[in-house]
Amino acid sequence: MIEINELSKKYKGADTFSVNNLNLTIQDKEIFGILGPNGAGKTTLISMLSSLLKPTSGSFTIDGLNYQNNTTELKQIIGIVPQEYALYPSLTAFENLRYFGCMYGLKGSNLKNKINEHLEILGLRQFADKKIKTFSGGMKRRINLIAGILHNPKVLFLDEPTVGVDVQSKNAIIDYLKKLNAEGTTILYTSHHLNEAEFFCTRIAIIDLGNIICKGEPSELINEHGSAKNLEEVFLTTTGKALRDYA
Amino acid sequence: MHKLWASAYKEYLLLVRDFGGLAILFIMPLLLVITITVIQDGTFKTLKESKIPILLVDNDQGSVSERIKENLTASKQFELVHQPEETLAQKLVQNGEYQLAIVIPENLSRDLDIKVSENVEGILEKFGMEEESIPIVKSKFEPKEVKLYFDPATQFSYRNSIKSGINQMVSMIETASIYKAFQEELTDDNTEQIFDTESFIQFTEISPGDPTEKITIPNSTQHNIPAWTLFAIFFIILPLSINMVKEKNLGTFVRLRTNPVSYATVLGGKTIVFLSVALIQFALMLAVGVFLFPVIGLPQLDVNGKLLMLLVVAFFAGLAAVGLGLLLGTIAKSQEQSAPFGATFVVILAALGGVWVPVFAMPKFMQALSSISPMNWGLNAFYDVFLRNVGLVNLLPEIALLFLFFLVTTAISIIYNERKNAV
Repeated sequence: MIEINELSKKYKGADTFSVNNLNLTIQDKEIFGILGPNGAGKTTLISMLSSLLKPTSGSFTIDGLNYQNNTTELKQIIGIVPQEYALYPSLTAFENLRYFGCMYGLKGSNLKNKINEHLEILGLRQFADKKIKTFSGGMKRRINLIAGILHNPKVLFLDEPTVGVDVQSKNAIIDYLKKLNAEGTTILYTSHHLNEAEFFCTRIAIIDLGNIICKGEPSELINEHGSAKNLEEVFLTTTGKALRDYA
Repeated sequence: MHKLWASAYKEYLLLVRDFGGLAILFIMPLLLVITITVIQDGTFKTLKESKIPILLVDNDQGSVSERIKENLTASKQFELVHQPEETLAQKLVQNGEYQLAIVIPENLSRDLDIKVSENVEGILEKFGMEEESIPIVKSKFEPKEVKLYFDPATQFSYRNSIKSGINQMVSMIETASIYKAFQEELTDDNTEQIFDTESFIQFTEISPGDPTEKITIPNSTQHNIPAWTLFAIFFIILPLSINMVKEKNLGTFVRLRTNPVSYATVLGGKTIVFLSVALIQFALMLAVGVFLFPVIGLPQLDVNGKLLMLLVVAFFAGLAAVGLGLLLGTIAKSQEQSAPFGATFVVILAALGGVWVPVFAMPKFMQALSSISPMNWGLNAFYDVFLRNVGLVNLLPEIALLFLFFLVTTAISIIYNERKNAV
């Protein structure tokens, strides 16, 4: 379970909070979607939960582990799939995965088997010995995903995992994430693909300017906003149609 | 430990996959040391064996100018080219066609003879040894000026050495003239040797390490290999810092920060691999000095009985260089920052370290700065082994400084990384 209490983040020199007194509880085995326009605070929230950013105030626990006191243990139970590919282009898929697996303490045949198993499921087994720089965007996304889940994390953070990929790769990624969730992994997910989120997430929170605007199951949110036919309409109703450009 | 080796293996793969970068890393230092040594050795040989053509404008046409010509020819350093016109000689030197023109003034021999004779007669008269006691009327002479025209591009040190040599030669001629005048005044027998004209004070160069041993003058190889090996070792900060900046740009560094692995382990992996690279560079440089140099006509590097100590110095110099690279890679945000800064900084460190100009010849302020340059510690340690034949204990201060430098730069990198990421 993820417990977030009064969590805030204000960057140095910023006038406003990127995440503002946020309270949220995410139950085990949920697929929780964090949706919001650009600059809403989605990536900041995930960065704090994955220990990349230090909160300005407030706290959170993941599976009962606190960031300040249990950093290493906490890092061991979470998996991160960042928006960037975050892979070494001149290393092969296998070498990349072996390295990141080793960083989680995996080794030997156990690591090798896990890598081959994940590559097989995501249709990349035959490309294991090819360098990442030769891969398409969709293939890199799938390797990026495997690098975050090799150690069987209890909680998986996904920052726009399907951005810029072809339909087939997107489908493979979503199917695999559903499989992981069915096996017990809690998923926290951000995306701009509202249609994808509507069918993928068990619950959703729409956030804007660092605050939660609304949260609930996708169908509940659509029902709460009577005129809305889908999540996209709920999103536009709650966050407005004004452009969100940041530099 | 498992994570450390995995990190080191990853660094190794990244390095070997960049074949061009790897080749540059090993080949460029070798080219550098070969080029510099060939040039320096050629310069030594030029000074020792080849003759430099110089212009001589002889306005004297007397015994003194003859002696000057004889001495210049006897020095085997110069090939005299006679030029009757001073203005033309000046122009040729100005154009860079000759490095030097010597202009001997008119009536130098005659005036020197008269001046010396008058002085000698004056002295003898004081002693009452003159046959006739007619008061001597001294002639009025302006001091004679031997003019030296140097090519403006001539190095300051070269000018000084030439000026000093000519000055010494002129002094010897003047002294010989005085002896000759005394000889003529005191005896009519030309065969009688009244004065021993050989120099009474002689110079002998003795090895300070062992006064009984005749000094072995270090050749260009013994000077260049340590200096440029160190230069190459420190140049490792460039690929190392670029490697770290690339990791930041790729996003892999962000991923590593979310992994249960310490920054020290990540740096440890890089240290193992780049230190190995530094040691391989060192081995290649030594191999070039020992095996290749004699083949291409350069003096061979003498490493007999010194290999272990040289390896120790290279190891700690490599650690210091890696520490600096880690720090630069941690602080730099882009390759545009790390590459020019790294390259310039290594050149500055080399200059401060005494690779080009000996530290004792630097201004006081720069000498103080030099003492805090890791390249200076490394260079001193290499010279200690190569030229001063010291033992391991004597190397300890320099080795300790290099190791301390590595520890401090790595610690700063770790602290800086923690603070920077605690946004």
